[in-house]
Amino acid sequence: MRRLVSGNEACAEAALRAGIRFFGGYPITPSTEIAELMAEELPRVGGVFIQMEDEIASIMAIIGASAAGVPSMTATSGPGFSLMQEGIGYAAMTEVAVVVVNVMRGGPATGLPTKGSQADFQQARWGTHGDHPVVALTPRGVQECFTLTLRAVEISQRLRVPVILLMDEFIGHMREIVSFPEKVEVYHRQKPRVAPSEYIHYAPDNNYNAPYASFGEGYAIHFSGLNHRSDGFPINDAPTIRWNNERLRAKIEDNLAYLEDNYVDDDPDADTLIVAFGSAARSAYEAKLLTDKPIAYIRALTVWPFPDATVRRLAKGRKRVVVPEMNEGQLAREVERCIGTDTELVSVTRNDGSMLTPKEVLEALR
Amino acid sequence: MASLKELSKRTEGLVGGHRACAGCAASTAIRQILLAAGDKPTVTGICTGCMEVVTTIFPYTAWNVNLVHNAFENSAATVSGMEAAYRALKRKGKIDAEIQFIAFGGDGGTYDIGLQSLSGAIERRHKMLYVCYDNEAYMNTGYQRSSATPYCAHTTTSPAGTKIPGKPQKRKDLTEIIIAHEPAYAAQATPGYYMDLIRKVEKALAADGPSFINVLSPCVPGWGYPLDQTMNISKLAVETLFWPIYEWQDGKYKINIKPREPKPLVDFLKLQARFRHLLKPGNEHLLEELQAEVNRRWEVLLRKEQATNG
Repeated sequence: MRRLVSGNEACAEAALRAGIRFFGGYPITPSTEIAELMAEELPRVGGVFIQMEDEIASIMAIIGASAAGVPSMTATSGPGFSLMQEGIGYAAMTEVAVVVVNVMRGGPATGLPTKGSQADFQQARWGTHGDHPVVALTPRGVQECFTLTLRAVEISQRLRVPVILLMDEFIGHMREIVSFPEKVEVYHRQKPRVAPSEYIHYAPDNNYNAPYASFGEGYAIHFSGLNHRSDGFPINDAPTIRWNNERLRAKIEDNLAYLEDNYVDDDPDADTLIVAFGSAARSAYEAKLLTDKPIAYIRALTVWPFPDATVRRLAKGRKRVVVPEMNEGQLAREVERCIGTDTELVSVTRNDGSMLTPKEVLEALR
Repeated sequence: MASLKELSKRTEGLVGGHRACAGCAASTAIRQILLAAGDKPTVTGICTGCMEVVTTIFPYTAWNVNLVHNAFENSAATVSGMEAAYRALKRKGKIDAEIQFIAFGGDGGTYDIGLQSLSGAIERRHKMLYVCYDNEAYMNTGYQRSSATPYCAHTTTSPAGTKIPGKPQKRKDLTEIIIAHEPAYAAQATPGYYMDLIRKVEKALAADGPSFINVLSPCVPGWGYPLDQTMNISKLAVETLFWPIYEWQDGKYKINIKPREPKPLVDFLKLQARFRHLLKPGNEHLLEELQAEVNRRWEVLLRKEQATNG
């Protein structure tokens, strides 16, 4: 079925169809419509919407609900995303499946509440303290708000990790035709197959499709934000700390093939590669179509983990890489890390609350 | 207390030309509060919310006093810092002026996300007045429920329908929470009783320590009533006992208006779209519950006044 909807509406609809049955949230422009829709729709499907007293409480509530076995989500924007950082780290450490939607607006601080940006790209990766991998997805338009919300829920459940969906104001409030599938495949987390006495909550091998117990199912779970051993009890010894850090890392690195998701439009004659994501990629691709030169193009749908190997492969032997984005050059840093010194990096940035235009990208392609 | 005549001669702290909705009570209240603050140097802070947004649209400001806008949860904390720095400079003899500090926040920024920073500011005894303009929901983002939203009110995140009758929970009694901190002064007010509000601001600013005024501020688009009814609704809130105006100082309660014959609560509710569903047949029990709750809280308040003035 095809319908004209906004990005925020597509996100809420996907969340409901992906099996999200708990939403803890707090009003913030430009994400509020997601919470409003969830408040309206969740009670109809037996789910729960709670408006929390702030964003710290919102993320902690969805962590609690997810630990109790219910697929859970929140949606916010810049200032709220900043307040949620501690909770995102907590979800990573305790390995809880949650989806955090950040409809990006201009910052820092209150910034530009009603205007879009891509300036939380690096915050999604490094916003919470400590060092651990994260997963973040970025839609280019309203259709992908739908598909990537589905995928965010699935990844969070399969890997039991927090997954961040980096939308932005342009897409959140933009209306486009979306094809809604008749049926959506939903992954349900596996239940433990062992007796409670045998159960290990952080079993060394359970990285993908892990069976794990929820609270209230008869399994003893020690749950804490402290670094811990496989049964969840806090530890301080170096080998166990290394084991746990490695476990969090391996969970993402061992599943790169599953996580990586790029749109690639290569051209063997091209001496220029464009690397982009999200709404800036719309203008970047438009520019590619407008120029008569051959241009290779990659758009990352999964931005974290960053597609290092693919960008490296596509950039190899090329004269230059053009990186259009709506911040001060955060994606350019990642790309620079991946390409050799023989390739020129051209950073095209716009950070004033307005969409980057195809013309601006086109100028860089000249 | 300053008379109306005296007030009319003072410099306005919040001037016209801002973009508040026609009939906005919160902007009227802030204007009255800053008039009451007088011509002494006044430093104000405000958190994100309607009043911040509508009064500071670049390149204009409606504020004739110093104003710091900080994030949603931070009005009390930011003004705490300014007040503490001012005390230190004063102690060292680097500043002579007598400066008054006023922090503003809406009910979202006060009852919910900013409660921690307000509680901390009062506990540390900063000499500042905190004013909550309470319009009973998140109006800036389009009418979501807050913990100040009354029982059964329709909002976009507590939509009235078959599952819930509007907000399923009762309102948090913030003024009582603040009184539990034993501030230097605390009160409830509403701009319909403007001289009462003026007097309370004067008392609050004269008090030696932290003070708090909770100002019920009817909201035209959020509550859904004709825009010429703001002051009428503001008064009705008091006359129906929905919003008693009272004050607390030195351990004593004083109720400022005791309606001889309180009007039925429905007189207040029926003018507002957010309560419209309550008037439909089958919802009589909800009206009764709301009336009973208002009566119960009034009785408790009367007993508190009696107990602390005996």
